[in-house]
Amino acid sequence: MAITNLKRIVKAGFKNFTRGGLVSFAAVLVVTITLSVITVIILLQAVLNFSLNQIKDKVDVTIYFTVDAPESKMMRLKESLEKLPEVADVSYTSADDALKLFRERHANDYSTLAALDEIGNNPLGAYLNVKAKEISQYESIANFLKSDNALTNGGADIIDKVNYHQNKLVIDRLNTIISGAQKLGFLLTFLLVIISIIITFNTIRLTIFISKEEIGVMRLVGASKMRVRGPFMIEGAIYGIIATLVTLILFLPLTIWFGRNMSDFLGMNIYDYYISNLFQIFAIVLFSGIILGVISSFIAIRRYLNK
Amino acid sequence: MIYFNNVSKIYKDAVALDDVTLTITAGEFVSVVGHSGAGKTTLTKMILADESPTEGTVFFESINVHRLRNKDLTKLRQRIGVVFQDYKLLSNKTAYENIAFAMEAVGKTDEEISSDVPHVLELVDLSHRLHHFPNQMSGGEQQRLAIARAIINQPELIIADEPTGNLDSINTHEIVQILKKINDLGTTVILNTHDRGVVESVGKRVITMENGKIIRDTKHHK
Repeated sequence: MAITNLKRIVKAGFKNFTRGGLVSFAAVLVVTITLSVITVIILLQAVLNFSLNQIKDKVDVTIYFTVDAPESKMMRLKESLEKLPEVADVSYTSADDALKLFRERHANDYSTLAALDEIGNNPLGAYLNVKAKEISQYESIANFLKSDNALTNGGADIIDKVNYHQNKLVIDRLNTIISGAQKLGFLLTFLLVIISIIITFNTIRLTIFISKEEIGVMRLVGASKMRVRGPFMIEGAIYGIIATLVTLILFLPLTIWFGRNMSDFLGMNIYDYYISNLFQIFAIVLFSGIILGVISSFIAIRRYLNK
Repeated sequence: MIYFNNVSKIYKDAVALDDVTLTITAGEFVSVVGHSGAGKTTLTKMILADESPTEGTVFFESINVHRLRNKDLTKLRQRIGVVFQDYKLLSNKTAYENIAFAMEAVGKTDEEISSDVPHVLELVDLSHRLHHFPNQMSGGEQQRLAIARAIINQPELIIADEPTGNLDSINTHEIVQILKKINDLGTTVILNTHDRGVVESVGKRVITMENGKIIRDTKHHK
């Protein structure tokens, strides 16, 4: 009997939806708007994270060695740095490569090249580029270089200069901006989602209000609360499912356009991201849509049920 | 079957029922007459626990109707068929589905539903409206549908609250005949009406109400 009841409730929910006409359409529209907001936020987060990572990537600390520093000592320092948990990457550029890069960078600067030739031998030393995993960790890396550990590894006599302290201001400021941007993003997300949910809930509440009399009649005729409430919740779920499909289809041309025209500006191709993560996005949006529809219906009908 | 014991219903500025005591036995056909506002609807709503008394008690057999919990109240309502002046049909369901809903509410199987519904619609002469919606039917047809829904679960009691209020005289006559037939088959009927003609054509017990009081009851020749 329980299964028959469930079957009847589901059938009734579907029938009510198809017969709902404009009311059902309005509800689906509103849920679609909410789900679109959620999808936009997902995509924006992807862009934001990508940009932030790009910036983080550009930040590093350079350790300049003295001109005649022995390679073995430089390698030893490199290895001890790589062992640090904060360090993501250490790259070594030899003195010869440093000279080559310098010449390339100043290829059009005749006077600088002339001066270089005047000096004769290589005035540049080798250097290490150290990338930390998080921007906030550069401080501890710089401290390490000053510490006993680095010095006993021979760091004292081969390091000419570390550019951390010159860049410290920039690095700190960047750190503040990035964590601020993430916090702001989170707050905006939260607010937008809340507002969308409230609007959707109110719309669904209106659709149920329209059926107020019928709810009373069903109760008077002897139907149980679940028998009355069930079909409305099923309708809510249907709103969620259809809205999900509409939203995801809607975003195909949108992401294609952005992918084609805005990739340079954003730094990444939104369309590729959208397609490659389609399954996860689908899952999140579908889940949100169904929960929104079902719970809104459940809460909205409560006030007409309790007599 | 139905017992009202000193029942009063008092609102802030109006008295709907004033110390009403009455007994209705099973199988009776009782017409309740009076002007609008006399208390007829409040009286019948009391039996369904759609209203609760300010004073007094209402019993359906040995059950105090207003002490029932939700689930038991639902069960009680399944034993009473109700017909309203405004039909109170489910507008987004067909005639068939309206009656089927009442049967589903009491847990009838799909086989029972598919065999009984066409049968009862035939009884009220609505076979041709099987798959039509209420807004596609005339007032008289809608009321007949409402009656069909009221009797489908073979209730012990039928409450008809001004069932002919929105109908013309021919439809009115039809409805009253159907109700008489139902009563002949053993169902108790309580009929609210302000139409004297209806009362006379039924010719059974009449309770007259005015200002919330019973001023005449042909059973007791008050």
